[in-house]
This record gives sequence, C-alpha cells and structure tokens, in this order.
Amino acid sequence: MKSLADLAKLREDALKKVNIRGERKGKRVVVGMATCGIAAGARPVLNALVEEVSKRNLLDVEIAQTGCIGVCRLEPIVEVYDENNEKVTYVHVTPEMAKKIIVDHIVNGQVVAEYLIQE
Amino acid sequence: MELYRSHVLICGGTGCSSSGSLTFEDKFAAAMEKHDLNKEVKLVKTGCFGLCEAGPIVVVYPEGSFYSRVEDKDIERIVDEHLLKGRIVKDLLHASSIDEDQTKSINDVEFFAKQERVALKNCGIINPEKIEEYVAFDGYKALGQALTEMTREEVIEVVKASGLRGRGGGGFPTGLKWTFAYNAESDKKYVACNADEGDPGAFMDRSVLEGDPHVIIEAMAIAAYAIGADEGYVYIRAEYPIAVERLEIAIEQAKEMGLLGEDIFGTGFNFDLKIKLGAGAFVCGEETALIASIEGERGMPRPRPPFPANKGIFGQPTVLNNVETYANIPQIILKGAEWFANIGTERSKGTKVFALGGKINNTGLVEVPMGMTLREVIYDIGGGIPNGKAFKAVQTGGPSGGCITADYLDTEIDYDNLIELGSMMGSGGMIVMDEDNCMVDVARFFLDFTVDESCGKCTPCREGTKRMLEMLDKICEGKGTMADIDALESLAYTIKDASLCGLGQTAPNPVLSTLQYFRDEYIAHVEDKTCPAGVCKDLLAITITDKCIGCTMCKTVCPVNCISGEKKGQHIIDQDACIKCEACISKCPVKCIVKK
Repeated sequence: MKSLADLAKLREDALKKVNIRGERKGKRVVVGMATCGIAAGARPVLNALVEEVSKRNLLDVEIAQTGCIGVCRLEPIVEVYDENNEKVTYVHVTPEMAKKIIVDHIVNGQVVAEYLIQE
Repeated sequence: MELYRSHVLICGGTGCSSSGSLTFEDKFAAAMEKHDLNKEVKLVKTGCFGLCEAGPIVVVYPEGSFYSRVEDKDIERIVDEHLLKGRIVKDLLHASSIDEDQTKSINDVEFFAKQERVALKNCGIINPEKIEEYVAFDGYKALGQALTEMTREEVIEVVKASGLRGRGGGGFPTGLKWTFAYNAESDKKYVACNADEGDPGAFMDRSVLEGDPHVIIEAMAIAAYAIGADEGYVYIRAEYPIAVERLEIAIEQAKEMGLLGEDIFGTGFNFDLKIKLGAGAFVCGEETALIASIEGERGMPRPRPPFPANKGIFGQPTVLNNVETYANIPQIILKGAEWFANIGTERSKGTKVFALGGKINNTGLVEVPMGMTLREVIYDIGGGIPNGKAFKAVQTGGPSGGCITADYLDTEIDYDNLIELGSMMGSGGMIVMDEDNCMVDVARFFLDFTVDESCGKCTPCREGTKRMLEMLDKICEGKGTMADIDALESLAYTIKDASLCGLGQTAPNPVLSTLQYFRDEYIAHVEDKTCPAGVCKDLLAITITDKCIGCTMCKTVCPVNCISGEKKGQHIIDQDACIKCEACISKCPVKCIVKK
C-alpha cells in the first residue's frame, strides 16, 4: 500500500463486501422464500437480484427474504418497499425479470407495470 | 467477486467464546453445506457485541436478527428456517427484539438504541482478523489524512480542541499530554498504549483489542507522527490471550500492507509497534510502573515529576495513553474536533465505555455519551436489577472508586460529577449492588485486592492498606469496636495523602465512600454484631425455626455433625460448631432454616 489512492481502492472494494451489516436507508427488496417460493424457483431470483445490485454498486438497497406471502400460486414473488414503506408486489418473477426490476424500479424509480398482479 | 446475500455475524469475544462460540463457524458451515448455502451466506467471526449476558450471540444481516444464548442444537434450525427459508426463528431471538410478534433489528433494541458507539464502532460489526474489513469502514483513512494533509501541530490541535480526556481513569486532557511530548526535545521518542486493564470487572479495553485491534495501531501511528516518535509499545496484560493474538495478527497484516514500518504512505514517516506482555501486576497499570516494566525493571512506580511526556521509556519523551483514549482518535481526525466536542458535557466531551456488572440484568459493555444519567444506564440500558431486588449502590472506578447511592442516580455521568460524589470515573467499571450486598464486605473485597497488588515500595501503601484490611476483617468477624472505625477512617486519609502512586492514593476510596453513605452498616457490624445484608458469615447465626418437621435431612448432610435432633422432633444447630456452610439450608424440604 503505497498511497492514499491504494487505500481508497481497497476501501471501495472491501465496503461492497461488508456494507450489508448495520443500518440501511433506501429501498428494501423482499423475496418470498417459503416452500412455495423455493419450489417455484425463488433462489435463482434472489441470487440474480443480489448480483445485479452488486454489479451496479448500489449501496442503499437491502435484499431480504421472507416466508410465505400468501398467494402461493403467484410465486416467485418479489416485493419492493420504498423509503416510506409503500409496497409494490411483483409476481411470477424470473431471474431476467429480477434484473429489469432492479434497473427500472430501484435505479430509475419506475415500477414495472407488466410484472404486477394482473386482474 | 463474492456475492453474499446474507452475513451471519458470530461473536468471538472472550465471553461468548468461553460459551463455545468459536466452534460455531464450522458448525454453521457444515449445516449450510447441506443446502449449498455457503456461496450465498457469509460467516463472519466478530469481536464483542457488548450484551455479554445474552451470549453466545449470532446476528444475521440484512435483517439484523439478534439471536441470543445460541447453542449447538440451535444452529441447524437457524440455517434451515432463517437462512434457507427466510423465516426468522422467533423463539431463539433475544426478548428485547420481539415486540408483539414484530421482530426488530439488533440496532433498534433498547440496549443498543440508546448507546452511541464511537470507541466501539467496529466491535461486533467487523471480523477483527481481516484488515480489509477495518479498511472498509474507513480504517487507516485518518492516518493517511494526518500524514499527507496535516502538519504535526495541526493533528495535536485537533485532539486538543476535541476535549478528549484520558479514558484510563485520570481524565487528563489528551491534547495537552501530546503537546508536552511534542515540546520535549529529544531525537528519540516513544508512544505507548496502556492495555493492562487491571480493574476487577473491567473489560472495555479487552473488547476493543479483541474486536477492533487496528484502531489502536492506527491511533498510535497518528500519535507517533504528532509528537515525533518512531517506535511504540502496547503493554497488554498476559491474561488476555485472545486480545494478544488478535493484536499480533493485526500488526502482522498492517506490516504486510505497509501501514507499519518504513515510509508509510510514501511520506517518509516510519513507525514500528511492539507488544510487551504484562505479568499479572495491577500496579503495572500505573504509568510509571508500566514504563519500568517495559524497560525490563520490576514494575514499581517512580516519583513524578518528571512525567512520562518528558522522561518516559528509557528516559525519553513518551506519550502513554489508554486503549479507549486511542480508540477515539481516528474518528476525531476524520470527523473533526467539533463533532466530538458536541457529544457529552461541558467539561467531559465524547462518550465513555462502561462495563456493567454485578446485580444487573444486561451485563455487558455499553458506550454512552457523557452526561447520560446513572439511572438511564442502569435501568434503561442495563435493564435494572434482577429478581425484583432493590438497588443499593453502584460502584464506579473499580478498586480506586467509590459507591454512589440511589439518591444520586440522576447524576449526569462525567469526570467531575463523579469525583464530587466521592467516587471517580476510573476506567469504566460499573458494578451494581442490591439489598443483598454488604457494603462493609464490598470495601473489604476491594481492599483485599489492593493489598495483594501493592508493590511495596512506599510505606503508607505497603503497611497502611494491610492495617486497613486487618481492621475490616476484624469488623466483619464481629470483633470490631467504634474506635476501629475511627482509626480506619483516619488511616485512610493518611494513606491517600502519603502514597507514592495512584494505587495507594486511591485504595482507601471504597472504604471512605462506604463509610460516608453506609456508616450505619459499619455501626451494625460493630455495635450490634450483625450484618444487615446477611453476608458476613461470622455475624450470622443459622437457626432452625419451629417449623421443623424432624425429617433429619439437615443432620445427615451437615459436614461437621453439629445438628442434633430425633426423628419427628425439633432439630437444633450447635452455634459454636457451625461452620456456616449452609448445606442444611439447601437441603431442608420445608425451608425452615434461616440465616440472620
């Protein structure tokens, strides 16, 4: 470590690995990971979300899991809570859809209407 | 690039380790292997979280789920339910993190929410054996800033302006100490860290060293730069093996990264750090005795002046500061003096770490801003007295401090307020006592300790404390007189005035303080030959009341055969032969044996 720049680079890389700990502000993305969710394929969705957030260096997003949300036939379900705890529910999510949710909703603030529950 | 969706933090502090937490990492990994979770969930061994009473502690992020009293058999459930299925295991959570079925993050439970963690910022969050994690949370940024953007004078100015005072007990303004060392002329100077932490019941410094050893390295490097030193010593007590090991690893890693050694950050500044182990002497926590010990001499204090800032290790100017004092330095550099000065009271800035012990529900380590009241710390954070007992006193400052009674619970904690009450801040030990503690016995306990630890160099301490202990023993055995109490008091003042170092000067404090607030207990021991709290064995009689059913169990279990009685008849204890072991009390099925 010869310079402050080296230290700053190490800090940046290391922070990505640890910043899941401690308090969080920003949006919260919750993935249904009960038996219904896992059976429907929620694990790859969860991993895709984590990967996308990491790729884009988003530091204020929390990705959590939850149990059965209740509408098992619509799993995998991904809920996005904003800073005011307003919730948006995405259903039948696939890893590709997960990536779009991150880009459109988390980064650009636009809800992806076609992924919501359709009446 | 590792992508973990969850971090499982396992406490590796001494408290939790001694309850088995060091094996958890492997056990979690094995359980996670079954579900192939090892690539998604990261296991991290951290330092002490602080709520030691609840250990072993495991915290799962991102939820902040606070699992307490975790045992081997719980690991599989946490993995299967929480890590795999996202269902927090509520019956394993700490009670304070459940509120009517809603679970709270560990950061929101009352114990932690009321604290302000500055010195303990990284404890319980990072893996102390990974320098990268220290760096992630701004580690070594302050050192870089100091070396490349600040002059030595500016560094000292910031520390001075912050108002930081020594956290080892003396409360001496840190910036001033650094100024003296800076001004002393010499081509060789030292910085040193007092990690001896001898007070019984104190473990603040241990937790910082076990949980965040790099903060000490960084702070000492900053101090060395400021005063013009190139070598440092950490004097750490040998009774802290985990802390020693983690510090050794940290120093090794810092050296590998060029953060210790020569030409740090390419600025030409050299700094090397060595560890010197203590050897079990409380007196070596006194600065001049500590320095003597580093020099290879017997740990005995020297008269001051000259002070270590002018003549310290090997006669050279030395800055010797406590672990907790150092732990505040990097953040003061990064966030500025004003930030620090805005926390705390007028004359005591910043926060203080306290080790809560004794009769209190949440035993552990807390860090609060100066100015918080004793009541808030003991009841709001500490959870109050267990078993519904009444608060009697809180002892602050260890064997150098005094007792504070219920009347003063609303005192704002700061250096000067505690001294006014006849106690002192000390290094931060806070031992809570309830109605079952005998205050004369408490004074005797502390004096017993100081008598053992007196180095013997000066007569007032060597002879005086021993005489005080003898008087206290006499009183607790029921052989004391009122004249003894007067002699005790007057001797106490003499020892305070005439001792060479802080050990002797403060050893009488527990006695004087208990005499001040609990004189009635001393008088009861002497005039009535009773111990109101029921502690001093020689003043207690164990008697069998007339509720005795004659089952003969007490007679059977008595080790000295001093109980007489026939089956179905009243049993009687021979008071002269009774050794007060209380075996009969525990055995009696109808609880008819009392101790008064």
